[in-house]
Amino acid sequence: MQLDLRQRVIPADPFALHPRRVHEAEGLGRRAFALFQAVRHPGPLVWIVPNHIPELPMLRGLPRGVGERLHLFRPNGETDLLWCIEETLRAAPVSLVIAEPSGHLSLTAGRRLQLAAEAGGTTGLMLIREGAGSNATETRWQCQSVASPSADSTLHHWNLNKNKKGTIGSWMVNWNGASAAVHMVSEAGQRHKPEDTAP
Amino acid sequence: MALADARAICPDLATRAADLAREAAVLASLRRWASRYAPMVATDGVDGLMADISGVPHLFGGEADLRGDLQARLDRAGLHAATAIAETRGAAHALARHGGGIVADGQLAVGIGHLPVTALRVDHATAEALSRVGLACIADLAHLPRAPLARRFGQGLVLRLDQALGQRDEPVVAEPDAPHFGVRMTLPDPIGLQSDVMAGLARLLDRLCAKLAATHMAARRVRLELRRVDKGLVVVEIGLARAMRDPIRIAALFAKGVDEVDSGYGIDALRLTATVVEALAPEQIGGGGSAIRHEDALSDLLSSVGNRIGFDRVLRLLPATSLIPERSFLLAPAVYSEPEPMSHSSGSLRPITLFPPEPATVASGTPPTSFRWRRMRFTTLRATGPERITPEWWFDDPAWRSGLRDYWRIETQEGPRLWLFVTPQAPGWSNPEAQGWPASARAQNWPAPGSAQNWYVQGEFA
Repeated sequence: MQLDLRQRVIPADPFALHPRRVHEAEGLGRRAFALFQAVRHPGPLVWIVPNHIPELPMLRGLPRGVGERLHLFRPNGETDLLWCIEETLRAAPVSLVIAEPSGHLSLTAGRRLQLAAEAGGTTGLMLIREGAGSNATETRWQCQSVASPSADSTLHHWNLNKNKKGTIGSWMVNWNGASAAVHMVSEAGQRHKPEDTAP
Repeated sequence: MALADARAICPDLATRAADLAREAAVLASLRRWASRYAPMVATDGVDGLMADISGVPHLFGGEADLRGDLQARLDRAGLHAATAIAETRGAAHALARHGGGIVADGQLAVGIGHLPVTALRVDHATAEALSRVGLACIADLAHLPRAPLARRFGQGLVLRLDQALGQRDEPVVAEPDAPHFGVRMTLPDPIGLQSDVMAGLARLLDRLCAKLAATHMAARRVRLELRRVDKGLVVVEIGLARAMRDPIRIAALFAKGVDEVDSGYGIDALRLTATVVEALAPEQIGGGGSAIRHEDALSDLLSSVGNRIGFDRVLRLLPATSLIPERSFLLAPAVYSEPEPMSHSSGSLRPITLFPPEPATVASGTPPTSFRWRRMRFTTLRATGPERITPEWWFDDPAWRSGLRDYWRIETQEGPRLWLFVTPQAPGWSNPEAQGWPASARAQNWPAPGSAQNWYVQGEFA
């Protein structure tokens, strides 16, 4: 076990999104992942949600300090949505752009968003439907919330599927939805099995 | 005259309540029109105008002709007005309200001598006291020594008398015109190129912004009217996320609108108006550092996005004082609101996303041990609650007509942590098969009172 831990090279911060790039997150827990990233990006935040999506961020449930920095754009239609994302990525003062494209992101759209993020120096995070991402993305995260064994932990399974500039990985973390730090839980697979405490 | 007396004389009298605001507006516009006769025109009370026509009458052919011209124009407009010209303001005021006319130079005491003392702008009590001692008209007062008069009737009377007779000066104080934030430009030859229009716009914006800066105002909406040679009018209007008067930043927002303009055979006139303006104190430029530049850049982004998708879709979340989840925050237009810090009091845990209630079907038990939501099957692992939230009785919300709600935080075996509620006061849906109801009842879909409960999913926790 000791040997195992030493051999495994854990990067300083595996969840830091590469700046000036556009990333993708999918899965049911993608909004929690987006909020986790929002806490870690100081500065104005923009969340772009198409008008027809019923889910809205609830102010009282957001992590501390996110609510007053958050701007919500609700464009109508896919063209306006993509235009909004590109324009916001191009704007220098925004630190993180979270967007929920409703359809499939084409390679052209993905590439344009990458160029816009580079021009503006902002980071983008697209919350996509399962498999609706673009190949131009920098990283793609598969996010799921996981049932936790005890009442005081809220487990998330964040699985890095695709990474252009590094290795992929899979983490089981305990993030309570408030702080900027996460507690890394031991690897998936070891903790996934129910403990043998049940009578 | 009292209304009852007037009705007694004329039973068919039609009456209408006085609209003071509109009367004042008409008087203000009449004042603006009257500036064609004199540079200094002021409103005089609620029903009069006072113009200082020194050095003007010869332009109209003399005082009598000026007065005739004024009367004729007012008559043509359907206004009945009494006019008078006199050496002093007080005399003109008195004469206009008692017949009108012209008092020749140096004839002031004779010209207004026959008028009653009430014409002197004195209060009712003073006028009555004067008439009691037999001083009925101005001529009776004019030759009296001022000191005993002031001792007996007060300084006010002496002041008004001296002002009317020209022994004390009283200038016409014309209030300044409200500044008009519009500029225009006509061109000798029509233009059609986008770059030409933008160049013209830049010149107009420079002038408009200088005008705004001089009065410490800033624009919130700017409207550009382009007149084509075929008399067509094209309007481009933009909104600004923050009141501003920076020509370069405003010009950038016009680029898209001007791009869509059909110039036809050419544009030969441009007109630029700031339709909505706000007060904005001069700002220190430079030295503010990057914080101000960041703020400017962010408001530029909000302007450009708002001009495309609508300013009501560029929103900000503001805290509200309500326990009802849907009303615990406001979605306010970002350009008309400031961010408010959220007070993080230690309350119950709240979900990160909220949506309109969606029914959770096939729910059994309280809290449900298993349910279906969005075509997914969930089994409850852990439930926290209930948290009872009662509707606000002072506010009739259709969504809350079903009475109070018991909220549960349900951690599911499948992973998602959901916010469910049940409405104990509302009758549940029928579940005929489970209840063993007769087939006829099942067909008619009757509600089964108190048998089942309605469970809804309204939010998702982190």
